[in-house]
Amino acid sequence: MKKVPYRNRISKVLGVSLIIFLLFSLSLYSQEETVAENAEVVAEDGAANASAGDPAKGKSLFNQNCAACHALNRKMTGPALANVESRLAEEEGLDKEWLYAWIKNSPGMIKSGDAYSVKIYNEYNQAAMTAFPTLSNQDIDDILAYTAAPPPEAAPVAAAAATDTAGSTGSSGISNEILLGALAVIFGLLVLMLFLVNSTLRRIAEANGVVLEKEKAEKRTPIWKAFAQNQFLVLVTVIFLLLGSAYFAYGWMMQVGVDQGYAPIQPIHYSHKIHAGDNKIECKYCHSSARVSKHSGIPSLNVCMNCHKSIYEYKGNPEGPSKEDLADGYTNEFYTGEIKKLYKAVGWDEENQRYTGESQPVEWVRIHNLPDFAYFNHSQHVSVAGIECQTCHGPVEEMEIMYQYSPLTMGWCIECHRETNVKVEGNEYYAKIHAELSKKYGVDQLTAAQMGGLECGKCHY
Amino acid sequence: MASNKKYWKSEAELNPNDSIVEALKQNEFVEEIPVDDFLGDKENLSATTTNRRDFLKYVGFSTAAASLAACQGPVRKSIPYVVQPETIVPGVANYYATTIANGFDFASILIKTREGRPIKVENNTDAKVGGNANARVQASVLSLYDSTRLQGPLANGEPVEWDALNAGVRAKLGSLKGSGKKIALLTQTYASPSTSRLLEEFKEMYGDVDHVAYDAISEDAALTAFENRYGERALADYDFSKADLIVSFGADFLADWQGGGYDGGYAKGRIPKNGKMSRHIQFEANMSLTGANADKRVPLTPMLQKVALAKLYAKLNGTSVGGEIGDAEQALDAVVAQIKKNTGNAVVVTGIDDVNAQSVVLAINEMLGSKAFDSKSPKYSRQGNTKSVNELIANMNAGKVGALIMDGVNPMYTLPNAADFAGGIEKVDLSVVFSTNWNETTEVTQYTAAANHFLESWGDTQVKKGHYSLMQPTIQELFDTKQFQASLLEWMGRDISYYDYIRETWGTFVLNGADWNKALHDGIFVVSNEVADPENTMGQQDKEAEDDTMMEESASGSSMESIASAVRSLANATSGGGMELVLYPKIGMGDGQQANNPWLQEFPDPITRVSWDNYITVSKADAEQIGLVNEHVANGGLDGSYVKLTVNGVSIDRVPVIVQPGQAKGSVGLSFGYGRKVGMKSEMQTGVNAYALYQNFNSVQSVTIEKSPGMHEFACVQLHKTLMGRGDIIKETTLEIFNTKDHAEWNYVPVVSLNHQEVPATTVDLWDSFDRSIGHHFNMSIDLNACTGCGACVIACHAENNVPVVGKREVRLSRDMHWLRIDRYYSSEDTFEEDNTKKEEFDGLSGEKGSLGGFGELEDPAANPQVAFQPVMCQHCNHAPCETVCPVAATSHGRQGQNQMAYNRCVGTRYCANNCPYKVRRFNWFLYNNNDEFDYYMNNDLGKMVLNPDVNVRSRGVIEKCSLCIQKTQKTILDAKREGRTIQDGEFQTACSSACSTGAIVFGDVNDEDSEVAALAKSDRMYHLLEHVGTKPNVFYHVKVRNTNEA
Repeated sequence: MKKVPYRNRISKVLGVSLIIFLLFSLSLYSQEETVAENAEVVAEDGAANASAGDPAKGKSLFNQNCAACHALNRKMTGPALANVESRLAEEEGLDKEWLYAWIKNSPGMIKSGDAYSVKIYNEYNQAAMTAFPTLSNQDIDDILAYTAAPPPEAAPVAAAAATDTAGSTGSSGISNEILLGALAVIFGLLVLMLFLVNSTLRRIAEANGVVLEKEKAEKRTPIWKAFAQNQFLVLVTVIFLLLGSAYFAYGWMMQVGVDQGYAPIQPIHYSHKIHAGDNKIECKYCHSSARVSKHSGIPSLNVCMNCHKSIYEYKGNPEGPSKEDLADGYTNEFYTGEIKKLYKAVGWDEENQRYTGESQPVEWVRIHNLPDFAYFNHSQHVSVAGIECQTCHGPVEEMEIMYQYSPLTMGWCIECHRETNVKVEGNEYYAKIHAELSKKYGVDQLTAAQMGGLECGKCHY
Repeated sequence: MASNKKYWKSEAELNPNDSIVEALKQNEFVEEIPVDDFLGDKENLSATTTNRRDFLKYVGFSTAAASLAACQGPVRKSIPYVVQPETIVPGVANYYATTIANGFDFASILIKTREGRPIKVENNTDAKVGGNANARVQASVLSLYDSTRLQGPLANGEPVEWDALNAGVRAKLGSLKGSGKKIALLTQTYASPSTSRLLEEFKEMYGDVDHVAYDAISEDAALTAFENRYGERALADYDFSKADLIVSFGADFLADWQGGGYDGGYAKGRIPKNGKMSRHIQFEANMSLTGANADKRVPLTPMLQKVALAKLYAKLNGTSVGGEIGDAEQALDAVVAQIKKNTGNAVVVTGIDDVNAQSVVLAINEMLGSKAFDSKSPKYSRQGNTKSVNELIANMNAGKVGALIMDGVNPMYTLPNAADFAGGIEKVDLSVVFSTNWNETTEVTQYTAAANHFLESWGDTQVKKGHYSLMQPTIQELFDTKQFQASLLEWMGRDISYYDYIRETWGTFVLNGADWNKALHDGIFVVSNEVADPENTMGQQDKEAEDDTMMEESASGSSMESIASAVRSLANATSGGGMELVLYPKIGMGDGQQANNPWLQEFPDPITRVSWDNYITVSKADAEQIGLVNEHVANGGLDGSYVKLTVNGVSIDRVPVIVQPGQAKGSVGLSFGYGRKVGMKSEMQTGVNAYALYQNFNSVQSVTIEKSPGMHEFACVQLHKTLMGRGDIIKETTLEIFNTKDHAEWNYVPVVSLNHQEVPATTVDLWDSFDRSIGHHFNMSIDLNACTGCGACVIACHAENNVPVVGKREVRLSRDMHWLRIDRYYSSEDTFEEDNTKKEEFDGLSGEKGSLGGFGELEDPAANPQVAFQPVMCQHCNHAPCETVCPVAATSHGRQGQNQMAYNRCVGTRYCANNCPYKVRRFNWFLYNNNDEFDYYMNNDLGKMVLNPDVNVRSRGVIEKCSLCIQKTQKTILDAKREGRTIQDGEFQTACSSACSTGAIVFGDVNDEDSEVAALAKSDRMYHLLEHVGTKPNVFYHVKVRNTNEA
């Protein structure tokens, strides 16, 4: 089984390398200043160009309304919009008024037979653009201002921020180091002093003619011999040794086949942290069959493409990748590369925004391997019992690399069945049996075990 | 003191001068040991530098390396769809309604698919006609995954592209147009409106086209008789639920008589209701399933059956005919008396292969005005015309046939005159056969078109007039195959798929405005207006209609005359000397199409309980006369003599013999469907080919029998034939007693001694009872009156629970794995009742009524015994003996009543099997999957696709048994929980209860007051198997009631 090396080893390496980072921090600080200056310059330029609109406002409007189908510099469902105003004016001779009309009511324009409208409609697979009658002309101006002069990329800023935090944590690390070092020196001195005192005392004793009782001691039988001669002691020791080794052997054998913590390397680096954690996507949005089937199901690639048709690159958190991520190589480029892997597998042609039909199913490495003789049904637990996925799968929303959180042993199953109450509210199926059984056992709430959840045949057949 | 004894191995050693002694002294092994043989190449051996020590080092190292490598768990891949089909959710089964129509079996069925793989056949309960899947239909899903299937078209045995095949055929067909040579189509019975229309269009296009329908096992006599009388080539339909008296002359209507499917209706009338049930009298030669279920069975040879039938007609008609039928005369008189009491409620059927007999039966039923008889909406499940088949072969040999296209038939195997056919096909310019497998016919044809399995095909049928059903594919073609109709459309240059063609046909001729999607969803469509004539699909309908009216006018007069002459010729029937051989299809094998299906090969015949074989059934008297024996040998197997059969100069040697109680003296039986060789795995090449004796397509032949040397080894799963007077195993009573006496008398609860008092066994208990009144408590009811022993449940259980096939050798060693067996018992005296009396009256060890001799006698079945069937699966005892002896607690009890078996916990001590009073536990002696020694479906990737993913595939060394289909009850419960509702009666099903078309097996929750099974549990007829053992089973039986009312 392939495993990702323990993460804390990485953090150790990181800790050591912090000192080296410190050495470079000065130069990085200076870099940050220059970047910030550049950004200001660009922003000013943009403001000058589109006098009518506010690009900052435009950006937020763009992200709210347009980004699902348009990007600035690449084709998506709709055309790239960078400098769309000037492009249209130069190439097609269409003014702003045309754009106002188009954005507010594109289907109407197509219907009316406007030449360019029809052309663009056909060019993009007759995917009709949503009409935005609510946008005012000022709003559109703002958006156009943004498309004409997009704010600078946030990446360098993020990088700087990262180093900033690295610097601060680095300083606290050093203070710890110093403390520890001082302690070690003190201890060393103490040991040395003890030695010196000892040898001094010895010399004094010799000088005073005191005979140490070493000789006497040597006459006695050595302790190991005495031990070997005492058969009872030997027997007890052997028994203890055997019991001890049996205990450890049992412990070792019990973990055979238990793959808790198993975190294989997957063909596509899929981050549950980003999807379920940062973006708060509901688990069952992708693992939809968990609601109705025994399998939770690995989502088919068309499910991925529901979102990734428009999310073609990873832009990271607003703060940028953390130092840990950077150390692992989880840069934005890295994630974008993984999205490209998805495109390759599903056969998505980004250029032309269509499927090529050449697909290659992804061979995920299965993490949770329940043996064939154990029957487990997700829908029973997810839909009927309403158990959170995290109860068994752990904090998936924090897992950069998915791993097996629970041991998945029978003892673990049974433990939970003993402790968990059956969720009977509003389920007519349970009405009668719950009333009767709870009376029989004299409890208000029945556990799964009392309901028969410990019977062999419930899981083994 | 030293002994002077001299030990010697042979006398020669006593003589010191003998040369043998010297030789043995020098050479311990007299025969030279073939060292070279097992060491292999000698030169190679001497050249190698590896010495013994090195070798051991290598072995040690590789063992250590292997065990180290094994410490790593395997990496399992999980590969999701790229684009998941909307209808498929992994882990959730989909059901599709479709139809099987392979020329022998016609049934509307549901197919359960998992992740797109068909894995199980279920009955389509919406279908009023043909909704019952028999054992062969249940098993047909496995034939889809037959690893020996043809994977692409062939030309003269060499793989070829479809384009090349199509081009070749099309060119040849084109050149035949107007050449004077015929194009012949030799096909199975389709009963398909769309195929009929397509064939008509094909005929129109190519002109001189003969379409010959061919049934391997012909019903030509019945078809001809019906045609003569009613003007349509079809079969009369019977509804046995409406009959109070059923009289059958050799008609095995519970099996495959005229296409079968009558067991459901029959069983309805057999369950005593309001003190009434039907009475069934069977005159027959072979002991058939139908005869075994009859209230009265009269063994008669086919010749005498004809005479008896003639006599019946005469007696009902008030005339008289000659002929002697011996003791049967009395039975016949009783029948006549009973019929006359209520003519409309009686029905007479016959399976005699004779147009006269069939005509007479039609006449009798009309004369009686039988309510069960239906000639208005006949059945089309057999269309074969033997005359046309013979003509075709003659034409082929005369060189008049230019092209022969075959589909769904294997004439080289099924024709008695296969040699003529082989000669003829050489003179045909173009021969094409559509076949799923390489077989006897594909060997001699030019083109072999690899055909679809029915689960990959589109189609439609009209099995009964006005009752349509649709066939839809449940999986994409597994291989490069095509169905016949699609190819025909292609050859005709029609640019339309067969699916569209069917829609067109249905839209125009069938649906009459009804919704196609609904018809496809239901799988069936019934024409609401019975008057509407669906046969309008045929072009020349009007002309036929005119013919009909003309015929009807003259019918009344001339038919009376023809019936009279038919009766006369029946009465004068002679056997032609010698023994009469009656050929019949076995329930498991049918016409032999699915001979490559291991489930069916291992399926024990309901009557003889023999699997993996066909055999000749001989009456005990005849066997003694010829010197034929059945004997049990030391390892528990059954052996039988061989005979040589000769019919009209054609002989088959080494046919094994089964001495069959109830076989009419002077007759022998042999089943079709076995003896296939070509394209079969060697394990499946079982039995002898009876078609060679099927001369003139007549199932009755005059035969001479000679004993052959040697003994045949059978794989028989039930060696003990009788009940030995233990009437509490199968409780029986007569309708009269049932109606008049208290149930304590005919459903006697056994007593045991408690404190020296006799108390009912049900009141005594070793254990404290667990309160099972809360939640579900599953019980299964088996009605011995409704059970016909057909065995559909056995195969359904096989499919649902991944039961392995173990092969003939292992079955012979009693290592069969069926979770559900159907025990068959014969009475030793004439009735079981007399057996019980005999046993009761034993007095002392020896003497007249001594038990020593008496029990010996009870082991032998009577010459014409009563027969009883009893399905036995795990009885799920509430106080199970198996559970208390398991040292590892691998088998335990659930509160819902199931006796549960945790395979992963089982260590294989087999204590449980030994302590089980019902002997239902099965031990996995070997690993039956991925094992070349058991090269059946679980040994190849294709065959494994049929496995049910919800049920464990057991490994070697564990016990397994019926689980009451816990995976199905669990699923039902989960569905209800998810939907937040209570469970309705009928939702709980097991594989056997849902497969049971007679309603004999009913499953459900007894804690549900309104459920059917709760009502059945309270019935007076209810009893538990071996009640006196005190196991408190959750499976119960219903006392078998026989209607012995003579008048």
